[in-house]
Amino acid sequence: MTTPLSSMGLVLLASFVGSFGAVFLKSGAGKLKRGLRYLFLNPQLALGVAFFLLSSYFFVLGVRHGELSVLYPMVSLGYVWTLFWSRLFFRERITRHKFVGLALILVGIFLMASAGK
Amino acid sequence: MNSAIASPAVQSSASLTRRKNIWLVFGCTVVGAAAQVLIKNGANSLSQGSLWEMVTNLALLAGYSLYGISTLLLVLALKEGELSILYPVISLTYVWVTLLSVVFFREVLTPLKLLGVAVIVIGVGVLGRNGRT
Repeated sequence: MTTPLSSMGLVLLASFVGSFGAVFLKSGAGKLKRGLRYLFLNPQLALGVAFFLLSSYFFVLGVRHGELSVLYPMVSLGYVWTLFWSRLFFRERITRHKFVGLALILVGIFLMASAGK
Repeated sequence: MNSAIASPAVQSSASLTRRKNIWLVFGCTVVGAAAQVLIKNGANSLSQGSLWEMVTNLALLAGYSLYGISTLLLVLALKEGELSILYPVISLTYVWVTLLSVVFFREVLTPLKLLGVAVIVIGVGVLGRNGRT
């Protein structure tokens, strides 16, 4: 069984949309420093959750065809995008620990997914 | 400002916050994994899969509620923690789901899966050591 490019594209899109969900959650979370009531009065948090839902919608569309062992690890590329957004939007540093830790996680997810074949 | 000359009190409070944030995300992954197992369990028990059947399924409801709690824990961690460290830690969910699937759904834990689990855990460990020298 081969995995169609359209499925890969959808899953890639899901990972991309999901990484923005993380960005909005982070920017909304900062508001909580002003009080826990900002858990509700918080458009960013709502937007973050909405992006996560949208991301899982694309994921479900993507995995209807093709191999899960190829598609599942692709979702974790969202961690890579998020590393760049953290640098870009929140001025977090990309350190060697983050780089190596993330690479190991991606390898681990890839191994687990190929074990499912 | 050089962190090397920060007072010990400042340093220990910063490391305490950091550890608190990592534990919050850790909790987020455990609750998230339990949510996934409940949702899988609920999905398995559906007979025809109508919307009414889904919104009255106890396991599904519990699963989605736990998802909410897990998101809340993530947000609390992100309040002060770094996104680039905490977000990849969520991959621990894969580890818990794999282990729970062995227990609840009698899925087989192959050597390759076990290796994958180990590599993910090491990766999270490396992330957790960020900033510590």
